[in-house]
Amino acid sequence: MIVQLLTSFFASSAFGVLFNAPKKLLIHCGIAGMSGWAVYYLLTTMGIDSVPASLAASFLVAIISHFFAKRFRTPVIIFIVGGIIPLVPGGTAYDAMRKFVENDYNMAIQLSAKAFLISGAIVIGIVFSEVINQVIRKIIIERNKTYNSGQTN
Amino acid sequence: MEDNQKSNLIKKMEVCLLAGEIMLKSGAETYRVEDTMDRMARALEIEQPQSFATPTAIIFSAHGETKTETRLIRIIHRTTDLEKKTETRLIRIINRTTDLEKIARVNHLSRSLSEKKITAEEVFHQLKELQKTDMFYPVWLQLFCAALSSGCFLIMFGGVWSDFIPAFLSGGIGFYIFLLMNRFVGIKFFSEFSASLSIGFCAYVFVKMGTGIDLDKIIIGSVMPLVPGLLITNAIRDLIAGHLVAGISKGAEAFFTAFAIGSGIACIVLIFF
Repeated sequence: MIVQLLTSFFASSAFGVLFNAPKKLLIHCGIAGMSGWAVYYLLTTMGIDSVPASLAASFLVAIISHFFAKRFRTPVIIFIVGGIIPLVPGGTAYDAMRKFVENDYNMAIQLSAKAFLISGAIVIGIVFSEVINQVIRKIIIERNKTYNSGQTN
Repeated sequence: MEDNQKSNLIKKMEVCLLAGEIMLKSGAETYRVEDTMDRMARALEIEQPQSFATPTAIIFSAHGETKTETRLIRIIHRTTDLEKKTETRLIRIINRTTDLEKIARVNHLSRSLSEKKITAEEVFHQLKELQKTDMFYPVWLQLFCAALSSGCFLIMFGGVWSDFIPAFLSGGIGFYIFLLMNRFVGIKFFSEFSASLSIGFCAYVFVKMGTGIDLDKIIIGSVMPLVPGLLITNAIRDLIAGHLVAGISKGAEAFFTAFAIGSGIACIVLIFF
């Protein structure tokens, strides 16, 4: 488990370098990626399917990224990119491609459907956290409004 | 008087357009580009600013005292600029599409402008500087990071530690080929294809030599630095923001990249198995 955490941390920060993220934020990129992978790894070792596990992990990555983006006043993609890379179904897509090459179309279609579902789960995770982020922001704005109007009255 | 006002307006528009251009070239989401341009325009007291950005162009219009002004900037950010090629270093041309640092800086400038901390003149000056500067990490560091992430992904996907060095090397070599091909050929599809081809070949050689054990895991790990993560993220975020044209075209680009990587590996599998 510790090995997994360390490797995912380094992999995500290294990705930050490849995408030229600001130097002081590289560690935070790593943290976002590490927490996402930790959730995914825990859930899959507990026997949960990789589709819901990817959903939970990408949701967490996006939440953490929004938090960092707010805190450092930077665009949120800086953190999300590094965070979702480990979740991309590279292995499944590779297996699917291999089966296609070996003319085993049944297996290949099955695997590509799986890869497609996992990518869909990542998308939904990001969308959900975005929606929640918007709702929270709206609530805070509304509250400030009522608070201020109460003060003036 | 009228001419003066008009030239003033055009100057303000130039500032907004320059900011938008830098952001889009560095790989920002299109809705962020539009949002930043609108914010800057409002801070500069332009009346009724309207901006429209797609991955390949920006259109910006402003309502002046006399008549509405519209400007169009076309961005061909996937091809390399020949004129600049002679004076820039290898990295800059290649990674024109992903530069998160520049996006963050333009974002910061636009915030300061909205808060009236700096004047339009200063912003324009700083944007010009930003356009010229080269903030990429050195090539050796990029290569090292690509190699390191390949090795780490191998372990994350359940590989054994003895495969770490083969994945590290083939990931690094693959990324180097990607950079080289991008420089000399400049066609993204071809550079990704040849990078994954060389990764497959390296992994095969390592396994044949007996240094590597699990060929599949080594290939999957080494291919990861080429995965179009930024494109996927941007495509999703643009689609959520309602920018369907930009989202779909970026999604298509991501799919194309994935296809290039897959076909490169498929060639190796076809030849050697």
